[in-house]
Amino acid sequence: MHRRSFLFSALLVPLALASGAAHAADGKLKVVVSFSILGDIVKNVGGERVVVTTLVGPDGDAHVFEPTPADARAVAAADLVFVNGLGFEGWMDRLIKASGYSGPLVVASDGVPSRTMDEDGRTVTDPHAWQDLGNGRRYVENIAAALAAADPAAASAYGATASAYEAALAAKDQWVRDELAGVPAERRKIITSHDAFGYFGAAYGVTFLAPVGVSTEDEPSAAGMARLIRQMKKEGVRVVFFENMTNPKLIETLAREAGARVGGTLYADALSPPGGPADTYLKMFDNNLPQLKAAMLGM
Amino acid sequence: MSALYDLLAAPFVDFAFMRRALVACAALSIGCGPVGVLLVLRRMSLIGDSMSHAVLPGAAIGFLISGVSLVSMSIGGFVAGLLVALASGLVSRVTQLREDASFAAFYLISLALGVLIVSTRGSNVDLMHVLFGTILAVDDRSLVLVSAIATVSIGVLAVIYRPLLVECFDPGFLRSVGGHGALYHILFLVLVVLNLVAGFQALGTLMAVGLMMLPAAAARFWSGSVWSLGAVSAFIALLSGYVGLLLSFHVDLPSGPSIVLTAGVIYVLSMLGGTHGSLRQNLIARPHYES
Repeated sequence: MHRRSFLFSALLVPLALASGAAHAADGKLKVVVSFSILGDIVKNVGGERVVVTTLVGPDGDAHVFEPTPADARAVAAADLVFVNGLGFEGWMDRLIKASGYSGPLVVASDGVPSRTMDEDGRTVTDPHAWQDLGNGRRYVENIAAALAAADPAAASAYGATASAYEAALAAKDQWVRDELAGVPAERRKIITSHDAFGYFGAAYGVTFLAPVGVSTEDEPSAAGMARLIRQMKKEGVRVVFFENMTNPKLIETLAREAGARVGGTLYADALSPPGGPADTYLKMFDNNLPQLKAAMLGM
Repeated sequence: MSALYDLLAAPFVDFAFMRRALVACAALSIGCGPVGVLLVLRRMSLIGDSMSHAVLPGAAIGFLISGVSLVSMSIGGFVAGLLVALASGLVSRVTQLREDASFAAFYLISLALGVLIVSTRGSNVDLMHVLFGTILAVDDRSLVLVSAIATVSIGVLAVIYRPLLVECFDPGFLRSVGGHGALYHILFLVLVVLNLVAGFQALGTLMAVGLMMLPAAAARFWSGSVWSLGAVSAFIALLSGYVGLLLSFHVDLPSGPSIVLTAGVIYVLSMLGGTHGSLRQNLIARPHYES
């Protein structure tokens, strides 16, 4: 791992020196964004004035991303680089250093009240702040300010697109609250292997329980299966959501035994490819919320 | 009494997936036990291992064609395993290469092909996890498949039992009385592949060989006659399945390895203290030979 990244940086130094950062010929800002959801937000704020390159594309996992030389070239040539922050893109510092990029690094989650989460027994900062649309508005403000600073001539234009987009986020936020208003408090429980819904749960009053005992990577133990089945029965959960769990037969077994069904696909930390059910930040909520609501109501 | 019940029976009473796993183990034991014994007797113990790798590309192709489908993955695995078995058998009979060497050659080709197919088709689901099943997720169709294969194995073994044994111990004699040794050999290889396909549906490929060979090797220390070797082997396999599942349930261990390791422990105990040619007997017997 270390050796590879060293080799990688060594290869990139001449590359970075050769390209250098410069405005695009057509006057558009060249912007590199770490992952798909943030990429969509930046596109909405920047509009026609920015050319967005997203490093971790749709359906990609930003937690375990391995940058390629092409990514480093894109970073080196960028006017602005946006990251989520809160420890989400652990690989970004190395990539920036390797690429020789010296422009501003904008942390979109700046000023968002952060939460913690449990990861393999350790308490770490939960980076998935965008799952709360209130935080999403904060992202928009940070992004608009950074774009305006990089391209002062168009500052008022960025301000206008940002306020329009913020209004859309606020409307979506209200829609989520309205939709969930009909769900009684004792039913607001979801079991899912996704660990990305902490902010969503806190903002909209839903408890997300992790499936105990069954890891998505290793071969399961009978004890783990039994614990999960007991948990599902005890919580009266009738739908379980799994994040690309390894063995589909295992999920079917779990669901059958606990008298539950397996929920559909939730988009948590990446968008779907264009044309899919969740190809924008806003449509991600359109996709996830009805499924979560149906699961809570036991449908 | 109730503690004993909780320890030994409650997991199977409370959870359907435990019952299914146990039934799958029982079916696997009945098929794999005798087949494993014959492999040991024919000095083909490692053939089972190479065959288990040989089914990989077939199962992978089956998966790529129709997803996680029991039928296509089983047929794919069966065809690939059979091709390797027949090709190796043929090569060893028409050329000067010994059977173990030709098996090694073909299974390595097959394994490389399998890894190639798996790797070029990088999907979100790790294909290896799909190919290596888990006994905790056995569904009705897999149970029917595994039981059907066990039934067929026992039936075919009963029919070819005598000529197969003669071919094991004295192939020259079988030829002299006009027996078709090659035919029985091939039928037997078909049974090996069938049982590996059954095991790989239930336990995953690597684990499947464990349940085939370890009980058979352990049984060698408990019996001298071929018939009872098969029965003892099937019993040890079933016991390993039961104890392994209990371990997996009570101690929180992955189920496949617990089952095979239980069989491994039984093998070591048999090797140390069995009634037929075990270490204990050889140690006691030595002064007798020396005097």
